[in-house]
Amino acid sequence: MTDTLEHGARPARAVDARANAAAPRLLDVANLQVSFGRGAHHVAAVKGVSFSLHQGRCLAIVGESGSGKSVTARSLVGLPGTGATLHADRLAFDGRDLTRLSHRAWRAFRGKEIGFVLQDALVSLDPLRPVGAEIAEGLRLHGAARSREERAQRVVDLLRLVGVPEPELKARQLPQQLSGGQRQRALIAAALALDPRLLIADEPTTALDVTIQAQVLALLEETRARGKALILISHDLAVVSRMADEVLVMRDGEVVERGVAEQIFSDPRHDYTRRLIAAIPSAHSRGSRLAPSSAPRFDTSSAALDPRHAAAAPEILLRADGLVKRFAGPDRSVHTAVDGVSFELRRGETLGIVGESGSGKSTVARLVMAFEPPDVGSVTLLGEDWGTLPEAARRRRRRDISIVYQDPLSSFDPRWTVGRILDDALPDDEPDRRGRIAELFALVGFSGSLAHRRPLELSGGQRQRLAIARAVAPRPRLIVCDEPVSALDVSIQAQVLDLLGDLKAELGVSYLFISHDLGVVHHISDRVLVMNLGRVVESGEADEIFLKPRVDYTKRLVAAVPRLAHRAAGDHPTPRASGAVA
Amino acid sequence: MSAAGRSALAPGPVVIWRRWLGPTVRRLLGAIAVFWAVASFTFCIQALLPGDRAELILNVAAGTFTQPTAAELAKVNAKYGFDAPLVVQYLRYLGGLVQGDLGASYQSHRPVLHIIAEQVPPTIGLTLSALLLGWIIAIVLTVPTAGRHDPLSRAVASFQVAAAVAPPYWIGSILLVVLAVKLRLVPVEGGSGLSGVALPALALAIPLSGFIGQVIREEFARVLDQPFVISARMRGMSDLGVRLLHVLRHAVLPGITLSGWALGALFSGAAVIETVFARPGLGGLLVAATSARDVPLVTGIIVASAGMYIIANLLVDIAYPIIDPRIKAS
Amino acid sequence: MTSTSDLISDRPVLPVQLLRRLADVVAVIRSVPVSVYLAAAIIMLYILAAVTPELLQSHAPFRTDLRATLQPPSFAHLLGTDQSGRDLYSRVVEGTRQSLAIGLGATALSTTLALILGVSAGLAGRVVDGVISRLLEVLFAFPNLFLGLLLIAVFEATTTTLIFAVGVGTAPGYARMVRGQFLAVKGAGYVEAARALGHPYWRIVLRHIFPNAMRPLVAMITLGFGQSIVWASSLAFLGLGVAPPSPEWGALLDAGRQFVTRAWWLEVMPGLAIIVFALSVTVIGRHLQQRLEGRVRVL
Repeated sequence: MTDTLEHGARPARAVDARANAAAPRLLDVANLQVSFGRGAHHVAAVKGVSFSLHQGRCLAIVGESGSGKSVTARSLVGLPGTGATLHADRLAFDGRDLTRLSHRAWRAFRGKEIGFVLQDALVSLDPLRPVGAEIAEGLRLHGAARSREERAQRVVDLLRLVGVPEPELKARQLPQQLSGGQRQRALIAAALALDPRLLIADEPTTALDVTIQAQVLALLEETRARGKALILISHDLAVVSRMADEVLVMRDGEVVERGVAEQIFSDPRHDYTRRLIAAIPSAHSRGSRLAPSSAPRFDTSSAALDPRHAAAAPEILLRADGLVKRFAGPDRSVHTAVDGVSFELRRGETLGIVGESGSGKSTVARLVMAFEPPDVGSVTLLGEDWGTLPEAARRRRRRDISIVYQDPLSSFDPRWTVGRILDDALPDDEPDRRGRIAELFALVGFSGSLAHRRPLELSGGQRQRLAIARAVAPRPRLIVCDEPVSALDVSIQAQVLDLLGDLKAELGVSYLFISHDLGVVHHISDRVLVMNLGRVVESGEADEIFLKPRVDYTKRLVAAVPRLAHRAAGDHPTPRASGAVA
Repeated sequence: MSAAGRSALAPGPVVIWRRWLGPTVRRLLGAIAVFWAVASFTFCIQALLPGDRAELILNVAAGTFTQPTAAELAKVNAKYGFDAPLVVQYLRYLGGLVQGDLGASYQSHRPVLHIIAEQVPPTIGLTLSALLLGWIIAIVLTVPTAGRHDPLSRAVASFQVAAAVAPPYWIGSILLVVLAVKLRLVPVEGGSGLSGVALPALALAIPLSGFIGQVIREEFARVLDQPFVISARMRGMSDLGVRLLHVLRHAVLPGITLSGWALGALFSGAAVIETVFARPGLGGLLVAATSARDVPLVTGIIVASAGMYIIANLLVDIAYPIIDPRIKAS
Repeated sequence: MTSTSDLISDRPVLPVQLLRRLADVVAVIRSVPVSVYLAAAIIMLYILAAVTPELLQSHAPFRTDLRATLQPPSFAHLLGTDQSGRDLYSRVVEGTRQSLAIGLGATALSTTLALILGVSAGLAGRVVDGVISRLLEVLFAFPNLFLGLLLIAVFEATTTTLIFAVGVGTAPGYARMVRGQFLAVKGAGYVEAARALGHPYWRIVLRHIFPNAMRPLVAMITLGFGQSIVWASSLAFLGLGVAPPSPEWGALLDAGRQFVTRAWWLEVMPGLAIIVFALSVTVIGRHLQQRLEGRVRVL
């Protein structure tokens, strides 16, 4: 607490001074504490958080998973979660003390005064009811529009306001008939239905494609421009940097740093904030390490394996020629997931494949792994045909290529220990199994005590390290990484990306690196393929693609990437709210 | 709403065929195939009957266990067509089935179909009222208690586990003893009126409610944590409102898929319950026919109830998209 | 492929690890709710009754006493007496062995059938799966009890027929569960990961698919045991089970049926014995289910 205040007091006052001093505070929170369970299972989720917010301003709460940011936000509408105990010295909205509200008064307050857009846009609308019914629900509950016709009209107006096309039609459709972006817009419309003065958006852009992300952020920006106060919760500093006036950085239920957005991003005071900013992979981080604590264990400057320094072009490990893969849809329609994809991957190289959801990039990974045969085209591994071989003949050669998945947990047998999982991954002719496993442990930075743990008992970062250790175990020439860091927090993501970099330098493996995150791909890849709707729309050197895109689609993609708006000195500052695709 | 919106939605004939009519026809054909298999299966069991069928028929009819003469046996074999090759018997059997002819009872020599037709209405009445009652009890007990851990909710959950285990005949006996014998609230021998059907239906409904209740409860607790439910609460909806308006519909879905199956269990339970309460119905008929080893009647009843089961499941399948519109939409 | 390394082996080597295992055991013991211990104790009592009925009986189960017919439950006769003055409690105890044997036999039969059908449907490919799935669909169309009745009508009512009737009647449901389980595990991420490592199919089946798919079956079999005793008692209740002089639970129910208005205990008490047993088995089965599905976190 004291630490928090020390960091917090000065900038917070500065903010107050900057804002119109005459304007009353819309929201005032002092020493908010939330805990779950009792007795031995007691866990404090929020440990004394204080902040205030004025009309028309935007506050961002930033932190990694478990930081207590979502619980803090949900406490503001009196729904911190089941089994939660809430205490606050002060919790006031527009001068009204919220800590004394009855259940009934809370219900009248929610939705009317504070609109809340929950995390998980894709599952926050009832899948059994039309979208319009969800938006009309708030109107009906608060008696804002009595007749059915009036509500239907208001719903259409709201959907139009948030930019959903064909609002009359969409209002009558089920959520799953809407695209991800439309669903998120509809959710925002539902939150705005009663014209609340404060809108809280919890991770409003997670799980959305970058171009959609940019549109949703633009919509929130518009909303604020209409005079609403906004609280934006995110794990992604870049996302909030464009819009926030003030920022709270949270870790383990405490505010570690607070201040005006410009200051936080240009001159972070707290070490944790600095680490978070440094951990964001992007063009600027290429060739450098993301996690400061992990110094490189190997001499990464050894140029022997770097394809760009080699005299002759190194051998081709993997070649894909005109791959086509079609799937039958539910009503027997044919969907072409991969449509004529060709590429080459040379030894010591990292080839990035970037694309939005549905672009076919994961199907390419499955074809390369020969989990499924291509309908047309061929995959050649180390100069030999690979994709159309019978599985029995392929098995011996599978040790040359391995895979790391997005969700490591499901890729481990839940009954097996870490040691057994790695033992199973070693080739049968491995002479010193015990020594090799110890070697793998050292490689991914595991201590011996983890050997007897089961996957469920590991943290997310540890699981992904184990997946990498397993992938490395048979000494492959090539590792396919399918969204390996998408499910991880920024700081863990940084460690895993650093580890992949180290392994490449030490072992000379090559990567086929698949991700939707342009920053991650730019950070790690030598060359990049951009995929859209099953086709490669552009390919080339990573810097070429991301700094000088030629194709319209890539240009739009790159423009939509959220960047830290307030860059540290030395970078050209990006104007706020630029790069949005409306 | 708007005309433009509707015309955009209006599906062409191909789409209607693909989305609705096609699957329905396919299901119908599937159901017919299953029914044919059921009939063949029962025929096989009859044909594999140990011992001589003609001897059995004579004994069943006479109520004795004597060794009939060869002439007597030949007469019976000729009458029932047992002397024909199995294939011919099988085709005759299927042909009869198509025309609604299930053969004649060994005991009364009346057509099986007529005997069954007399006993079907009380059984259907009993099973349907039990199904309805079971659902009502399950929902009333589950909606306010699911996802909660207070003593009352735990007690209700435990009751549902116990109820699902309890056999209907036992509950029936207790209800009979307590309500009819001790309290004299209802007559011991069930009449055909409401009070006559109430006790047997309740005896069937309680185990069923325990079963459905457990299924709903699990789904209910899962859905309660879904973001769309929390979203509704964030809009100012009350806990009970959320449970009734959002969660219940989801939680009921797995229960409905199981209701077709539950009908089979109810038929089984009805057989026992009709015996307990001395009610007319298919169950009592089947039990009597079984102990008399009146094979045509037994197989007839089984084929008929399998047919009803298949029809019920077909209806559930076809009606399911109404409750879960996702199926239509996807 | 056994290994020599302490990093690999599942067995603890160092004393520290032994201590950890011990702590795990304590944690498991503490995480089991009281109801499960209670249920286990009740089942032990039933097993005792099945093994040495004399130890628990208060009277000779077949001795008639015409001076004490149709006595309600009392201290002298815990569960009352029947129309011949036989002690009902002692008869229930006496019938335990046969009733449990019928339940056990039926469960063994249905589990075997379910495994044969379910495993071949789950592993042997699409054609076999299609055939078995259709077969199960057909078997499902027969109400459980009716399938049993059909068997009894065709073959005479004996203990063996009863076991077959219950075993065959309940098998399709379990077969469907087994099939679903194998298909689910077959599609699991770790099976694909094992394929990516180049392991042959038989090795994946043996090391991953079988052990993981069979885990929930332990709970299924436990739950099925309770259910099959209830089903067997239903058939016996209808007079289609074991012949009357035997104090098998279902036979007791059948005998008590005609006295239900005069001597309710003859009907209610044997039923209670069945339900208490089935409920205890169910409590344990459900606990196993939750534990195996990982819903109870121990560590």
